[in-house]
Amino acid sequence: MTTIVRDKKYRDKQKRKDNFISVFIGFFAIVWIFPILWTIWTSLRPYNDIISYGVFSWPRHLNLDNYFNAFRQMGLTRYFLNTLYVTVPAVLLTLFLGSLIAFVVSRYSFKFNLSLLLLFTAGNMLPIVLTYIPVFWLYIKIGDLFGNRSLLYNNYLGIVLVHVAFQVGFATFVLSSYMKTVPKEISESAIVDGASVFRHYWNVMLPLLRPPLAALGVLMSCWIYNDFFWALILMSQDSKRPVTSALRQLQGEYVTDFNLLAAGAVIVAAPTVILFFVLRKQFVSGLTLGSTKG
Amino acid sequence: MKTAAANKKIRSRRTLSKNDRFTLAAFIGIPTLMQIIFLWLPALITIVLSFTYWNGINVGDIKWAGIANYKNIFFGTPVFYEALKNNAIWLLWFTFIATPLGILLAYQIDRKIKGHKLYETVFYIPVVLSLAIIGIIWNFMFQPGGFIQGIMGRDIGNAISIWGNYDINTYVIMGVASWRHIGYIMLLYLAGLKSVDSSLREASAIDGATEWQTFRKIVLPAMRPVNIIIVVITIIESLRAFDLVYIIYGTSTAWPLLNILVFQNFAGQGISMKGAAYAVILLVLCVGPILLYLRAVFKEDLK
Repeated sequence: MTTIVRDKKYRDKQKRKDNFISVFIGFFAIVWIFPILWTIWTSLRPYNDIISYGVFSWPRHLNLDNYFNAFRQMGLTRYFLNTLYVTVPAVLLTLFLGSLIAFVVSRYSFKFNLSLLLLFTAGNMLPIVLTYIPVFWLYIKIGDLFGNRSLLYNNYLGIVLVHVAFQVGFATFVLSSYMKTVPKEISESAIVDGASVFRHYWNVMLPLLRPPLAALGVLMSCWIYNDFFWALILMSQDSKRPVTSALRQLQGEYVTDFNLLAAGAVIVAAPTVILFFVLRKQFVSGLTLGSTKG
Repeated sequence: MKTAAANKKIRSRRTLSKNDRFTLAAFIGIPTLMQIIFLWLPALITIVLSFTYWNGINVGDIKWAGIANYKNIFFGTPVFYEALKNNAIWLLWFTFIATPLGILLAYQIDRKIKGHKLYETVFYIPVVLSLAIIGIIWNFMFQPGGFIQGIMGRDIGNAISIWGNYDINTYVIMGVASWRHIGYIMLLYLAGLKSVDSSLREASAIDGATEWQTFRKIVLPAMRPVNIIIVVITIIESLRAFDLVYIIYGTSTAWPLLNILVFQNFAGQGISMKGAAYAVILLVLCVGPILLYLRAVFKEDLK
């Protein structure tokens, strides 16, 4: 009898405490989301309203004009296409190459398996600045070698390759740890059936890898989409830069018309935020599988 | 659970045909070659270049400098120590404030307190945004005509500079950096917490343990592998912190970080290869955490 009473008392106390914690975290959540809401709010107001009535003035006009103008004046469509040219090949190539290595190290026992895995995983953790100077120089030299300076430098291909080189370590690590959980019997029966290495990889293992590939695909699309730095170094032509780099550029150009800039920021943020909401499960499991980002 | 059968790898090289061996070589060779050419080789070249003078154009112009670049950094560049200090502040802030907050947040959300789904989403959104966007968003807070200036009663005409105020900009930068870091740590930890047996926690609660005791004595030890990874991420992110400050100040040294110095010396005065030397110093600092990480994740394989 007494234990039950104590139990109830304990639960009530716990409940009150939980409510308090929830309110406390809720307060922080509002602080957290506020800058984003404020940006959206700003993007809906015309520039003139703020100039004439002040930042906190009651909105006299709310419309989507800034969004249309952002597309028109900033030329965002072209920059979005540039992003597409970089992100899609980079993600596909990273996943493909990563799955090759993961396949070999998890299905065959070569002596160098562990060294290979270490090479790739450590590569993903290197401070990326270490590669700036030589990559820049290497790109120009390789271009000159083939008689075309923009073979890699100032070319989408060049940006794709650096992204792949850096991200493939993470993909390898995640895919190989996933493949270790796939029963070896599946591979053995494939080999007994006389499947070649390629068929073993392509027809047997690759279909089994769909969940981690999807998770990684979402995560990497987000990272590569968000990167604006490589393009600043390796793209000399503004018009070829991806949308995040372009936004950075436009920030300087439109520094006074911040309602337009706000609309631009919201537009550029939209794809990753939507991706996160729609494919949240993949997103989270991608991080869980690897537990780390490089 | 590893069974003997599962451990057995496909061993016999004899069963591999010539074709198969070629396929395997290509499977390993192509990604490895790419990784080496575009990542490891440049990294090595940077290490070598850090001991030279070079303008970055013709290979013939490279001149051996010995440790002159390093000497210059350690004894002739006060801004280097400022950068070290800022990196250290970043590390301390993340270690003692941002990361623990992320962990506690994950713990509470994992307990399914009221509104936990919404909270999880809200705290994670900053993590999926590009730094280029984060820079703009926070400018709307701090710039003339921004929200905070408005609250302080300052219009565009009589605004003050928040980024340029050396008394507060460190806190402001740490705040914005945490805005992103806390959500990231929260999600990582949340994923780990799902694997902790919840009956353990209930049992300790019934035994009369306080929330804090349960967290310290039950949850934290059970999360050891994730803890190591989070410690490493916190250290590495603090050492190579860069984008956020670059977005605010460009390559100026208004609030220097090691990584900013690398970039400044690469983009600006590339004659001495001091930028390369800064990058190598950064690498040296990162080696410890990287090894710690590799040891943690490959513990079983390394045995």
